[in-house]
Amino acid sequence: MTDGLTWPDEGLQRIPDWVYTDETVYHREVERIFHGRTWNYVALEAEIAKAGDFIRSNVGPTPVVVARDADGSIHVVENRCSHRGVEFCRELTGNVKEFVCPYHQWTYELNGALRAVPFRRGVAGKGGMPATFDLAEHGLRRLNVTTHRGVVFASYAEDMEPLAEYLGPDILREFEATFDGRSLRVLGHYRHTLPGNWKLYHENLKDPYHATLLHTFLVTFGLLVAGNRSLMLADASGRHGVMCSAKSDAKVAPELQTEMRAYKEGMSLAEPRFMDFIDEFDSPWSVTMATIWPNLIVQREMNTLGIRQIVPTGPHEFIMKWTMFGFEADNEAMTRHRLRQGNLMGPAGFLGLEDNEAIKFVQDGMQHVPDGRHLVELDPATETGTTDTLISEAAIRGMYRHWRNVMGL
Amino acid sequence: MQATYTDARLAALLLHHEIDQFNARYAAALDDQRLQDWVEMFADDAFYLVTSRENADQGLPVGLIYCEGKGMIRDRAFALEKTAMFAPRYLRHIIGNLVVTGEDADGDIRAHANYVVLQVLFDRPDATLHQIGRYHDVFRQTSDGLRLKERRCVYDNLLVPNALCIPV
Repeated sequence: MTDGLTWPDEGLQRIPDWVYTDETVYHREVERIFHGRTWNYVALEAEIAKAGDFIRSNVGPTPVVVARDADGSIHVVENRCSHRGVEFCRELTGNVKEFVCPYHQWTYELNGALRAVPFRRGVAGKGGMPATFDLAEHGLRRLNVTTHRGVVFASYAEDMEPLAEYLGPDILREFEATFDGRSLRVLGHYRHTLPGNWKLYHENLKDPYHATLLHTFLVTFGLLVAGNRSLMLADASGRHGVMCSAKSDAKVAPELQTEMRAYKEGMSLAEPRFMDFIDEFDSPWSVTMATIWPNLIVQREMNTLGIRQIVPTGPHEFIMKWTMFGFEADNEAMTRHRLRQGNLMGPAGFLGLEDNEAIKFVQDGMQHVPDGRHLVELDPATETGTTDTLISEAAIRGMYRHWRNVMGL
Repeated sequence: MQATYTDARLAALLLHHEIDQFNARYAAALDDQRLQDWVEMFADDAFYLVTSRENADQGLPVGLIYCEGKGMIRDRAFALEKTAMFAPRYLRHIIGNLVVTGEDADGDIRAHANYVVLQVLFDRPDATLHQIGRYHDVFRQTSDGLRLKERRCVYDNLLVPNALCIPV
């Protein structure tokens, strides 16, 4: 099935276009990655606080429902009736005692167990299910569930290692710096399509090189400049990463200005307070962007905090669902600060819209060029893994070392 | 000014027309990407928000664009004109079904109108429906005419197609 999909001889310093465009590769990714040995983000516990609360979500492209049971436990089930495959849950969120498929009213417990089938014994002795039909064998497909610090993950793999082990100590530490134990308060969602391959989003956040060049906003206001204290962290497997940087009050050095076309001296904001960083975290970093394989980005951009959930819909497009949050203990002023700072990110964000456009342009560039390949050579001193220079693509190479291993390509 | 018209129906008609004209100029400013002109249509203490129906219906405060005060609206225009990278495009903002819902004790006027934003990327053949929604507005009457004290743009489409580059 994957004949002709051969990796370039140069190794990880080249990425062939078919990685991003081939249908066969995409289907294998769904099977081996999203439905494979991974923990997939599905919800925040704050979104399903009470018994009976549910929220629709996805594991890879597959629709699921995340529900809170009466005993407080969390279930993740496929949003697909066992009978005729109906995507039965149609509300984005809600509160129910049971799930009822609207087509033939098959009724399920919140944990996915099939409770009742109408006319199971037929009518007047005729019709109905076979006598051997066992409700216990026809529940909704249930996924493995784990939670950490209010974040809910699901997996199709029954024997997944614990989340802490899956993340590794370095990534876990950064995860816990953002989810520091305070109760979360959901501030709302952004949802958008992105006409590019889903892996390009991971790569964009494993590519600190672009941040100083594409995002004028960051550079001009000293949020991120080449030479700022920074770290591109990767876990041992290469699949997870965290792009870290520390806000600097220093001005851009003259010798760096010429390298950064984006830099414009003397630009100033009418309302600069929206760029303030209120240091509320036990971390040396003011900005961390964690890419948690395969479908989660944790954004801690100073005080604007968000989850980004990747929902792939094919090789050429994915949906991104953002869940912006603060903390229950935030006062009104802090909540409004987070909301104002939210202008940086999301599909209309000063930085966010540029990332979406750039990723679209990459996908556009691969449409009509046979045997195209990408050049990923920055920072040869670090073949793969953690690096403390922003001018590096080592984390992207590390991700593909892992991907090729899982995909057998 | 309106006080000189003793016929309340005539006053209501004129006000409706004035807001309609305001909305047409607002749409033209955005269509022409004259963002500084767009900024000047807001009052100094204006609130401007673009958010999804999903958020609005659940009472969630987040905005795709969230501006407290004209300064932030000006910063938005400044950033888009001077710093933002996005593909060149034509836009058409169509505003209709204006309803003037009431007047506050301080003279501010409450209104809503439906809007549609169509987008054409320079290098693509089709116009696409980029956003469909409703403006929830508060207008202030000033000696220079109407100014927006509040415009909450609530869009019905669940997904934003890629990116919202020009305001709504």
